[in-house]
Formats: sequence, structure tokens, C-alpha cells
Amino acid sequence: MAEGGFFRRLREGLGKTRSNLADGLSRVFGGRARIDDSVFESLEEILIEADIGVDATMEMVAHMRAVARDQRLETSDALYQALKEEMVRMLAPGDHALHWDADPPPHVTLIAGVNGSGKTTTAGKLAAKLVAEGRAVLLGAADTFRAAAAEQLTIWSERSGAGIIKHAEGADPASVAFDATDAAIARGVNNLIIDTAGRLHTKVNLMEELKKIRRVVKKRLPDAPHEVLLTLDATTGQNGLQQARIFTDALTVTGIVLTKLDGTAKGGMAMAIQKELGIPIKLVGVGEGVEDLQPFDARQFVDAIFE
Amino acid sequence: MFENLTKKLESAFKHIRGQGRLTEKNMREGLQEIRVALLEADVNYKVVKKFIEEVQEQAIGQKVLESIQPAQQIVKIVHDELVRIMGEKHEGLKKAENGPTILMLVGLQGQGKTTTAGKLGLMLKKKGQRPLLVGADVYRPAAIKQLEIVAGQAGVEFFSLGEQANPVDTCLMAQGEAHMRGCDTIILDTAGRLHVDEEMMTEVRQISAQVHPHEILFVANAMTGQDAVRSAKQFHDALPLTGVILTQMDGDARGGAAISLIEVTGCPIKFVGTGEKLDALEPFHPRRMADQILGMGDVVSLVEKAQEVVDQEQALKFQEKVRKANWDLEDFLLQMQQVKKMGSIGDLMKKIPGLNKMMPQGAGDMPEDELKYAEAIIYSMTPKERRNPKIINGSRRRRIAEGSGTTVQDVNALLKDFERMKKMMKDMMKGGKGRGMRRNAMPPGFM
Repeated sequence: MAEGGFFRRLREGLGKTRSNLADGLSRVFGGRARIDDSVFESLEEILIEADIGVDATMEMVAHMRAVARDQRLETSDALYQALKEEMVRMLAPGDHALHWDADPPPHVTLIAGVNGSGKTTTAGKLAAKLVAEGRAVLLGAADTFRAAAAEQLTIWSERSGAGIIKHAEGADPASVAFDATDAAIARGVNNLIIDTAGRLHTKVNLMEELKKIRRVVKKRLPDAPHEVLLTLDATTGQNGLQQARIFTDALTVTGIVLTKLDGTAKGGMAMAIQKELGIPIKLVGVGEGVEDLQPFDARQFVDAIFE
Repeated sequence: MFENLTKKLESAFKHIRGQGRLTEKNMREGLQEIRVALLEADVNYKVVKKFIEEVQEQAIGQKVLESIQPAQQIVKIVHDELVRIMGEKHEGLKKAENGPTILMLVGLQGQGKTTTAGKLGLMLKKKGQRPLLVGADVYRPAAIKQLEIVAGQAGVEFFSLGEQANPVDTCLMAQGEAHMRGCDTIILDTAGRLHVDEEMMTEVRQISAQVHPHEILFVANAMTGQDAVRSAKQFHDALPLTGVILTQMDGDARGGAAISLIEVTGCPIKFVGTGEKLDALEPFHPRRMADQILGMGDVVSLVEKAQEVVDQEQALKFQEKVRKANWDLEDFLLQMQQVKKMGSIGDLMKKIPGLNKMMPQGAGDMPEDELKYAEAIIYSMTPKERRNPKIINGSRRRRIAEGSGTTVQDVNALLKDFERMKKMMKDMMKGGKGRGMRRNAMPPGFM
């Protein structure tokens, strides 16, 4: 990944407001201050305010206390370095890369998530990126519920040069997915990206609908979908974990797309999701532009938080 | 979850019974539990800190009441304080003295502004007003189109200069348009934007400065985490806001962001979005929200809703029957019909603490169609069969299936459901004994 793209953007975002987090950290870790209780208290505040979650925060603070004691860390600086390493290590498991090739093609990506988490935008940006790489891409507009969702995706298809398969509003989303898979095979495209309607994970019938979408795609193409991406708004609080849990139960999510990371929210929930459910973060959204959907890099993610 | 909190507090406060007064020391453990509960509900860290200090101040020196558990005493203080912060009662929308009332919706991307605009439109239309929905989001592809469709669904007027126009112009022109079309309320749907995006924040300030809206409503998602304080504060500093609409309240988020939003903006929460359909917009009730943040389940609104439709006398009779376990299929039918009046069973189940976790997943989502089948099956039984389902043997099952246009499997399934429900309710009634709380949580006549 181009040095500093994500990093720079994120820092610019932070720079605009001088986030509390960065302020807090420089206060806590601003040098050679001795490690005392107040350091750990501030650490707790910072981690909770990053939406990492109460349990994960308590665990991490306890862990850092032990580390500080065992390794005889003396300055808050040293503690900070150790914590960063710990966070990077926590984010490491799993395959964070996206593999866009399937044999035989097409490679199918299914995008799901709660309402307003950025599914259509992610689908559009991914299509644009893949077309720019010289691939033949087809979009499947399986959000037949939200008014004008297909129009929104159509505009993305026009912008990106990707094809699109859509039905009328209110049509069965599974049939859109089936037709899109069919068309992708018939046209011999490299990639199919299926956009689904936003749904709350608590709506059992809507989760069943998602399973059906996955089933019909599989029926046509047994190895598909190759990627199931869950979009997660970086501003989401503790509920994010429950969202991920139920979505992955239904679909076997292969990766998280952490959207809207260009605000002041830290997206700490994604860390809890990685830790609890082992679902890796694959992409981060750091702006409105196509180039702002970036591969995830654990070190840069942690660095950007602590810069 | 509320019961969990109470239980945790009970153990935390066990040792202070008989100690006379609540002190900083003997409350420490209990307050820590409350702190964690609030943080888990996504109330902002600093807001929680301030809140706990206030609760502690109020509680210190209070006599430990011997009649009730100290835990309950603290929970009550916490609950009352949450309600006080959230503003005791519902506040409606402001109205212009003359000329059209202008409502402006603002917020981050993906919070549900466009859908909320449609919901507000429908709500006002039902009240006899004539709203005009105005599409000013020129950035998200097809956002204006979405609003136009939503306006059509709500049956209200729509206006926009389109995606090529300056959103400030669209909002300004809307006033003349409202006048021409005889509309009394203008609802401006602005683009989602980040509070750190200087350019976009300037735009929204310009709209506000030119149009002078009577209400600037911050639309925020109930699932929002700690960052709610930052985004809301910066929107408030830029505009200022007059109210908040909390969306996606039909999920299972505890919604602690509500407290954070109120703390930093000082604005009341005016409405909550409770579903995908356009009529799913409800007035905000602080008491219910406090229940939910503490994980207590929305008992109050369930009881209220139940009271609207349930015949009290019948309900009492029913409770008696359940307790004595001679609840039969006729009662089952009656209950089903009452529940149908109340709305989806799934929504109802979720409102009951304890029950929402007891239910197997999906059990509450019995679609309306299935209710119709169940009705048909029970209607095809003889009164004797309804009162004593045990006599329904194979040949009776075949007859009932034929009579109701269903299959024997459907009949079997219904009888099984009935038995399961009967057992579950018996257990619930047992579980409620002595504790009081559970039994009270059962609304009169709830199936």
C-alpha cells in the first residue's frame, strides 16, 4: 500500500479537530512520566472512548499493569510502546488481504450490514477500483427494499464502468443475486459484487433472506461467495459486536469493512470483533473518494490512533 | 439485563445492610457496577463519570432503608436521575407563528435522515398538516430520488432543484414553493456530513443562516458509540441544534448515546425511529429509555399498549387461568386475536425482560399469515376439542386439517406450540412468585 495514504488521510482527519484521543494520549504518554495509577486510569478512558469495549478495555488495562510490573517498565513512553505492540498483535490474526481472483471466474463478493453502514458506497468504490485495475466487473443490486437504492448503485456503475444487474423495487433480492451470478458467468466477468439491503441483525426474517441470497449464489457457483464483507460504521458502539456475531452466523463473514473512519470515531469495535470472533478487518473507508477505500494495515491503524 | 444489574448490585451492597447510612466507601463497589452498565450501554466515558459523581452525591448520607434492598434504592436513584437528564416528558415540534414551519434534518452519513424525513412527513400529514419534503442532498447518488419516492409513499409534497443545483438555493426556493402549494411545514433533508469536514459544515451553516429553520434536528443512530459526544458537539457549535431524533431503536442496542447527546447539546430527544416502515416514528419517552439503558426492557410501553387493547376483566380471568394451568385453546385464540391488535408478536416479545432471552431465536417472529392459519385451525375444532385438546386424536386431526384447509402437520405444529406456550407460561408464573417484579412485568392479558 502506498506509504501514508491511509495514514496521511487519517492524520488529516484527526488534525482537523485535535481529537480527544490524541490529546489524551500525548498527555498520558507524553514522555518520561512515572507510571502510576493515573496513567492506567487515563489509559482506560482512552480505550473506552475509542469504543474498544468495557471488557476488552479492562482486560487490556490489567494486562498492561502486569506487563509494566513484569518488564519493570519505568516510563509511560515504554508502556505506550508495549501497548501499541499488544494492539497490533491483537489485530494480526486472520487473512486481512482481499483476493480478487477465482478459478473458475467470476469471483463473487457479497456485501452486507446494518442500515446506513455504507454498503452501496463500498460496492461502488470496490467496482471502480477493480475496473481501474483492468478487470471486468458486474454489480448486483440486491437491495430491492430501500427507495432508489438500485438507482444509487446504477450511478456507481456508470461512474466506474462496471455492468449492473437490477430488478424492479420490491423484487425478490435472491432472484437478483441469482440472475447476477448467471449473468456474471455468461459474460465471463472477473468479479461480481452483490449489494444487499441494510438490515438490523435482530430481524430474523431479514437475516433468513440474506441466507437465501447466499444459498442461491452457491447453487449457481459452489465456491461463491468468495468474500462476504460486513460493513461496520466506525462510530458504532458496543452493539457492533452483536451485529458481527449474528451476521457471521448467517453468512460466515470473511472480513470487516470499517467505514467512515475519517471522522473522529476510532472504530475500536472492529478490534473487539477481531478478538472475540476472529473476523479480520480487510478494508477501511477514510473519505468520500474511490481511493479512500484502503486495505487495512494493523500497524498503521494503531499508529494513526495514537499519533 | 436489568435483573442482572440488580443482582450484581445486590451482591455489591450485601455488606452494607445494617450499616445505617450510604457512604462513599460502602457504595464504591455498587457504583462501579452501575458505571460498567452505563459504559456497556455506550454512554460516553466522561458523561458517565460526571453522572456517577452526581448519583454518589445524592446517595451519600441517605439512610439505608431496611424495608427495601439497598441495591434497589440505588437503582431507583440512578433511574430517576437518568429520567431527569432526559427531560421527564415528551417535547413536540415547534411551530412557526406565521408562515410555514421549517424543520431541518442534519447529521452524519447513514443515520437515516432521508427515511426520517419521510416518517415526519407522514406523521404531520396524519395530524392534518401539509408538509413539503425538500431534497437538498446533492452528494449521495440518488439521495434526492430516494426522498421523492419516500414522499410519494407518504403521500406528501416533494420539491428539489436537483443534483446540479446549490443546496442553499434549493432550500431557499422551497419557501416560495411551499407558499404556492399551500404547505404549512417544510422538511429539509440535507446531506450527511462529517463534523470535521469544514466545507460541508460551512454549507449547512449557510442553509441555516439563509432559511432560519424553526427546528434543526440532529438525526443520530441509537447504535452510536463514544464518538456521539464529539460529532453532536461540533454540529451543535456550528448550527445550533434544537432537538435530536434517535433512529434504529428497533435493534438491540442499549442506546446510551441518548444520554451523551442530551448532555453535550442540551437538546431534547424529540422522536425515535422504531422500524423500516414509514409509520415507525414515535415520541420519545425518557422513562422507557432509562429502562432500556439499564437493560430493563420496555415494560412501560408494553403495558400501555396492552392496556389500549385488552379488556381488563378478561385479562384478569386469563391470568387466573394460566396460574391454575387450565388454559385452553379458546383462550389461546382469544389471546392471539388481542396480540394481533397490538402489533407483531416479535416486537412485543422483545419488550419483555427475561422473555426476550427465553424465546428461541425467531420464535417471536410469527408472521401474520401464520396467525391466520392458527385461527382457521382452532375455528375448525369443536368447542369440546378447544377446551380439552388432549382428546384430539388422529382422525380428529385429519378432520380439523380438512376443515381449515391446512395439513395434519400444521395441526400438529399448532398443538405443539400451544403445549409449549402453556408450559412456558406456567414456568414464568412460577418464576415470578416471591420476586414480584416478573409477575408485575407480565402485562394483563399478555399471551
